[in-house]
Amino acid sequence: MSGAVSGKSPAIEVHAVEKRFGNVGIIRDLNLSVAQGERHAIIGPNGAGKSTTFNLISGHIKPTSGEVRLNGDLISGLQPFEINRRGLSRSFQVTNVFARMSVWENVRCAVLWATGHRYAFWKNVDSLPEVRERTAQILDDIHLTHRRDVPAGLLTYAEQRELEIGITIASGATVVMLDEPTAGMSHAETDRAVSLIRRLTEGKTLVIVEHDMSVVFGLADRISVLVYGHIIASGTPEEIRRDPKVKEAYLGEEAH
Amino acid sequence: MTAATTSSVTAKPAGENLRFYGIWLIGIAALIVLPQVFSSGGSLTSFSLIGIAIVFALSYNILLGQTGLLSFGHAVHYGLGGFAACHMMNAVVSRGWPIPLPFIPLFGGIGGLVFAMIIGWVMTKRAGTVFAMISLGIGELVASSSLILRSVFGGESGITTDRTALPKMLGWSFGPQLQVYYLISFWLVLSAIAMYALTRTPLGRISNAVRDNPERVQFIGYDPHVVRYLAYCFAGFFAGVAGGLTAINFEIANSALLGAIQSGLVLFSTFIGGTAFFFGPILGAILVTYLQLGLTNLTTAWQLYFGIIFIGIVMYAPGGIAGLLMMHRPLIRAGTLWTVIPSYLVAIVPTVALACGVILTIETVARYSGGDPINLFGIPFNPTSPMTWLTAAVLVVGGAFVARLTWRRIAEAWDRAATVARDRGYLA
Amino acid sequence: MLELIVISTLNGVLFGMLLFLLSSGLTVIFSMMGVLNFAHASFYMLGAFFGFQLTKWIGFWPALVLAPLLVGAIGMAVERYGLRNTHKHGHVAELLLTFGLAFAIEEIVSMIWGKSPLDYRVPALLDFPAFTIFSTNYPAYKIFMLAISVVIFVALLLVLKRTRVGLIVQAALTHPHMVGHLGHNVGRVFMVVFGVGSALAGLAGVIAGPALVTQSDMAASLGPILFVVIVFGGLGSLPGAFIASLVIGLVQTFAVALDGSLASAFGPLDPSTGPSVLTDIWNVTIAQVAPIVPYMLLVLILIVRPMGLMGTRES
Ligand SMILES: Nc1ncnc2c1ncn2[C@@H]1O[C@H](COP(=O)(O)OP(=O)(O)O)[C@@H](O)[C@H]1O
Ligand SMILES: [Mg+2]
Repeated sequence: MSGAVSGKSPAIEVHAVEKRFGNVGIIRDLNLSVAQGERHAIIGPNGAGKSTTFNLISGHIKPTSGEVRLNGDLISGLQPFEINRRGLSRSFQVTNVFARMSVWENVRCAVLWATGHRYAFWKNVDSLPEVRERTAQILDDIHLTHRRDVPAGLLTYAEQRELEIGITIASGATVVMLDEPTAGMSHAETDRAVSLIRRLTEGKTLVIVEHDMSVVFGLADRISVLVYGHIIASGTPEEIRRDPKVKEAYLGEEAH
Repeated sequence: MTAATTSSVTAKPAGENLRFYGIWLIGIAALIVLPQVFSSGGSLTSFSLIGIAIVFALSYNILLGQTGLLSFGHAVHYGLGGFAACHMMNAVVSRGWPIPLPFIPLFGGIGGLVFAMIIGWVMTKRAGTVFAMISLGIGELVASSSLILRSVFGGESGITTDRTALPKMLGWSFGPQLQVYYLISFWLVLSAIAMYALTRTPLGRISNAVRDNPERVQFIGYDPHVVRYLAYCFAGFFAGVAGGLTAINFEIANSALLGAIQSGLVLFSTFIGGTAFFFGPILGAILVTYLQLGLTNLTTAWQLYFGIIFIGIVMYAPGGIAGLLMMHRPLIRAGTLWTVIPSYLVAIVPTVALACGVILTIETVARYSGGDPINLFGIPFNPTSPMTWLTAAVLVVGGAFVARLTWRRIAEAWDRAATVARDRGYLA
Repeated sequence: MLELIVISTLNGVLFGMLLFLLSSGLTVIFSMMGVLNFAHASFYMLGAFFGFQLTKWIGFWPALVLAPLLVGAIGMAVERYGLRNTHKHGHVAELLLTFGLAFAIEEIVSMIWGKSPLDYRVPALLDFPAFTIFSTNYPAYKIFMLAISVVIFVALLLVLKRTRVGLIVQAALTHPHMVGHLGHNVGRVFMVVFGVGSALAGLAGVIAGPALVTQSDMAASLGPILFVVIVFGGLGSLPGAFIASLVIGLVQTFAVALDGSLASAFGPLDPSTGPSVLTDIWNVTIAQVAPIVPYMLLVLILIVRPMGLMGTRES
């Protein structure tokens, strides 16, 4: 567990996690440790189980065995909203927004729990200054202020991806997990999204799945390589670049 | 289509604020003036029923439109509210409690709420189709149980009460229908404001999110089950208020209030009116209640007309009447509405012909064995005469054929107008 | 007592098989298309009324074949011209469409045939007691109903296990999201499945009509029980639907047959207690409670196992 800041538990710690669908083992003996404040990239071929790993950590699905810890606390078995309330927020590879609601409402809903308004039915949602400010700030951050009244379902693809990031970071979670945030974006859009991610996750722990190697090596402090549901290597970009197993299993075919 | 979804206006400018309160004030003024203009006993009765139906439909839309829960058993809360109100009224009279009539609907609401709190947690575990089926089952359960628990529900005949026996308030005895009308209007305004306010709270907005995407809601900290449950409780409360008003209006509560027919009617009203806008169910409740009152005297097949209108709305205008109206807003703003009006005018004749053909067909079948003559807008038809059948067939087939062409023209004109509106930035 | 048990078991299995004839079609349609066909019980009712009318015109046996075919054709038309156009508005819209349809069918049926029960008789050929248990004559027609249900059950199994369409249906049951990959004829498969499901419901109506009551409210009274069956069994599970059909068929039949109440078991309450909820519950007979038993089972399963008996997936 090399990445751990001394004296502090790792932000995320996955220990010996297995996941089977029926009798197919999709995740096998998964071990992963992400230190506080670290930017951690998970790479691996399609179908390796990266999204499944996200689902396991965020509580979307339950591990068949093994445990997941967040800031040292056991979270495997908890509901997704319980995990979210403990400060972990994730995005989805396939855009997953509130289609009939406006961009503004999408982001605002994601702000509400963290600002303590929860299930309140006695407050006017429009007159909560801290909610309004934070929502406006995030819309500004993701460059969607001019689209604030448009239903999310009518945004362009790239705009929806940006909204996806906005919803994910809106709660102010300290651990942010982004699943292929730039998938399907053009070069220019990718650059913009990456600088956005860099800025918005300043001082937070970031776990990101990304296919674009230049993005990965530019952004990540550490990288884990997932192949067939198992992490074959984990280390700094330099270590990963040099790792023969990685070269063979993954970079060998993908490197341009 | 898209206009139906841009309902989010935040931090409104002063002008919009004025218009917003203006609409509410006009509504309230209309409720006050209405009985002065139409003062016959019949219209007072109708207005009272419509007012109750509006509260009921708005409560239903907390589920369907706001939270995405399709219930086939909403009348359970309506009926239980009615029974709670009746029992409360009788208790007030027999115990001599100092509670005047205007407070009774609150107890109806509590009746609906308590049952929602008990049964809702189990029901809202699941959403979608399963919730719909469960609500149907619970509806049947309660309706059948009400016949068994005779001491509470009074069996087939129900529970009667006397609203005038309660303590007077401000000198009102609530004997005359006019006073009951104002009581209903008062609760209508109160409930409508409360339910509108609910849509603008954190819970209201999260309900929308649960409607759109219950999975994602879990990843922004919310438990969709809790959200659905709370929404269900609110819907149960306001349905109970409507039931309480019914109990006051008729001075009786019986098991028909709880039944599948009431549940179906409120679904029809809400959906036909339109679920995507707050005022949709209001329109729907007015229309459905009005049709129900008007059609029952004219035809035995009135329920079939509801069914057909409902199917038509589901297939061709899932936004309901409100959705159809609000579609035009961006066009009005962009100033392109006039380009579609001519195609509407052209479509009127064949569409009306088609409708007449359908009506004639239905009435022919309905009256074939009885032989009662049909009176279609003053023109008499004999249901056993082949001439009638021929007329009906020509109207249906010819009307449908021509109407389809004109509808296509509407769609084309509409697309052109919408494109312009989009270019001018009034439509996303 | 033994007599009651034997007869009720027979009747219960019969009712259960009838329910399965309906719930199997409903389940397959739901699994493949994601649509819960609210009008399924209405197709059953149409089967009974068509059966009645055709029996009057051309006799029971031709009606037994023709009426289900007619209902199947109506089902296909509903799928082709209704559901397919509504699909883009989502499953709730589809459910609402079938709800409206159920409502309209009931109105049309009562418009044409009236609201009172029809005189739909058991065909003369089968109008004799098949055997006598203790003192009860068990009618041959019920045996015939049971036989038809079993034959259909076996035929369904064979179709599912042995034919191409059956394989597609099976795949759809286990991997609902894969249905989209069936290729360009997916529309036709849907139409056929919907048609067959409706025809089975129609067949159930034709054979049940003479034994039960053929009346314009028969769909409204059977429909909710049918939905209890498939929620109880687990939405989308065929074995679940089968077990639930039998369970509910048996439970309800036994309940109807039992005359006991708390009062008969523990003696009457002290007469000085006036009428109250307690006396209502104390004096009600099991037979009187029978109509609500399925719904009590529904609540129970929701508390214990929200997915249903054999259900594996969310809605
Ligand atoms: N719910 C599920 N049921 C069955 N198989 C699944 C499920 N979710 C994912 N899989 C399988 O798990 C494997 C890994 O998928 P995924 O995590 O999405 O890969 P990645 O994100 O690395 O591309 C794939 O083979 C996929 O088909
Ligand atoms: Mg993935």
